[in-house]
Amino acid sequence: MKNRKSTEEVALGIRRRVFEHCMRNNGGYLSQACSAAEQLAFLYNEALNLGEPTLPAVPRPFGGVPSADNPDYVTGAGYNGPFEPRYDRLFIAPAHYALVAYATLIETGRMAPEGLEMFNKDGSSVEMIGAEHSPGMEVHNGTLGIGLSTGAGLAFGRKRRGEEGQVCVFMSDGEVQEGQTWEAVQAAAHHRIDNLWALMDVNDQQCDGAMSSVMEVRDIAEKFRAFGAVCVEIDAHDLDAMRQAKAEPHEDRPLIILARSSPTHGMSFLQRRFPRLHYVRFKTPEERDEMNKAIAEELGVEPVDIAEGAH
Amino acid sequence: MVEMVTRPYAAAFEKFATADPDVLCLSADLTSSCEIDGFRDRHPDQFVSLGMAEQNMMSFAGGLGLAGFRPFLHSFGVFLYRRPYDQLMASVAYPRRKVRLMGFLPGVTTPGGMTHQAIEDVAVMRSIPNMTVLETGDATEVESICEAADSIDGPVYCRVLRGSVPRLFDTPIVVGQMRELALGEDVLVVTSGIATEEALRAREALEKAGVSVRHLHINTIKPFDEKPLLDHIASVSKGVVVLENHVTEGGVGSLVAEIMADNGVGKRLVRLGLKDTYAHGGSRGYLMKHYGLDASALVAGIETLIGQKTGITEEQLSAARVDAVHSAVKAEAL
Repeated sequence: MKNRKSTEEVALGIRRRVFEHCMRNNGGYLSQACSAAEQLAFLYNEALNLGEPTLPAVPRPFGGVPSADNPDYVTGAGYNGPFEPRYDRLFIAPAHYALVAYATLIETGRMAPEGLEMFNKDGSSVEMIGAEHSPGMEVHNGTLGIGLSTGAGLAFGRKRRGEEGQVCVFMSDGEVQEGQTWEAVQAAAHHRIDNLWALMDVNDQQCDGAMSSVMEVRDIAEKFRAFGAVCVEIDAHDLDAMRQAKAEPHEDRPLIILARSSPTHGMSFLQRRFPRLHYVRFKTPEERDEMNKAIAEELGVEPVDIAEGAH
Repeated sequence: MVEMVTRPYAAAFEKFATADPDVLCLSADLTSSCEIDGFRDRHPDQFVSLGMAEQNMMSFAGGLGLAGFRPFLHSFGVFLYRRPYDQLMASVAYPRRKVRLMGFLPGVTTPGGMTHQAIEDVAVMRSIPNMTVLETGDATEVESICEAADSIDGPVYCRVLRGSVPRLFDTPIVVGQMRELALGEDVLVVTSGIATEEALRAREALEKAGVSVRHLHINTIKPFDEKPLLDHIASVSKGVVVLENHVTEGGVGSLVAEIMADNGVGKRLVRLGLKDTYAHGGSRGYLMKHYGLDASALVAGIETLIGQKTGITEEQLSAARVDAVHSAVKAEAL
């Protein structure tokens, strides 16, 4: 697809959409938009080679789970283009970033803005924790740690078939606490799966707070290297650094890009909430108003008309 | 005497897998234990070693399924569902990947004790939506398990026998089709896996003692066609005994109980298997005796059902032979 917007514009658009959505819906995954906007914008707007969407711009309602009686089941991967050998494939491993991913689909013209109105509504496929059938999702990843393994398996299979397209996994740093992540890296390195790369949002945050307070994970770059990956560390909000990192040679090995991010980037007001940023709810109507004005100003938009209520 | 077949899976898998390049052989460090070491050595290009890392292996297999491959995962049954259960759900079962889980050492067929004994695997796998569950009871079924599993459009869990395995049947597994091994009128005996051989050992003594046995061997635990089972239950006067190499909760005994209850069948049912207990390490013979999974336990179960002693002795059962499949009296002859 042709890029109508610059990646910077897409990233700003992601933050604005997620902010407006959260203000209207009494909270949400705000900090994930802060930390990951540039990363998801980079993936969709320039890094990945994706085809035109194969699913309707306005997502269909939930069509049932996969079963022998539901042979027409489709995943949400159609928003990332068709399954063709030349195209890349993407897994969003931390499925709770779904709101940010959906905003990215809208900003890059892959989903209609109405799609976000269906977020977390009963009977909708635009689920809060991205499911297989949710826009932009190809597999279930809501349980953390399984994304990189699945990506490695798909990449191994694609390489075996001689497909040109690569496999990318968007990850979160909390996943390095799961043993499976390390199993996946060692397997990918052992089997020389070099058509696999991962972009990890290293925001040092997890559900219970700052990672250092919940479970110290030490130097993950060194750990990834020790397990056999090529690992590059960058500033997550520096797109040029991201472009350079993607170009890092990684013959016979997977590439892991650690994007060190701020969980409040672009919404400084959230620093008051540190370190409880996983899911931001408003404590009082006054706080909501204050946050609305402050963040809107920083993002360069009008405050959300809260009286309008949830969409 | 019955023919014993050595390492039946080894040759069967090699023949099966080499015929289709989309079949991949995945192993988690139990390669010779799962009889695929020869395959690894002769067909390294189709063999994928994933080490002692079952969680990754399960999701990796899901990814291979996405790429259109049909991975056969080889490990001990326990390691295919206990540790990587979440990965099994999310990466394999939910999306109906064509992943074939070849679980060796079902139940007490290992001296490895609790950590190695898959005693509740049928209960677990049976409760997973989209999952097919197969179990082998003899060498012929082991030799045909790959084709049977690969005929399924979705994930399959198989309880596979290894090592020295008796040949009881001369026809391959037909998914969904139970084997009718005897058509007596007093008691219906339902068995699966290694329990079938035990029932075959008991049958002659039971007939001599005047108990007419109807005997079914189940190799497809899920999906399960209720109708033939209900017909067989209707054909016996006293009731049903199920013997299985599994805990009595959630296995074939539970399956039969559910079908009887769902259909209002008012006959008695005796479920034999591990009774809410783990086992420990020991020989198969010792464990089957100790935990009541052998021919004697079946006779005792039948005595409970019919309310009288048969007079069958332990010696009679241990001396009982299982007829070879190619003899005049086929083990499965009707």
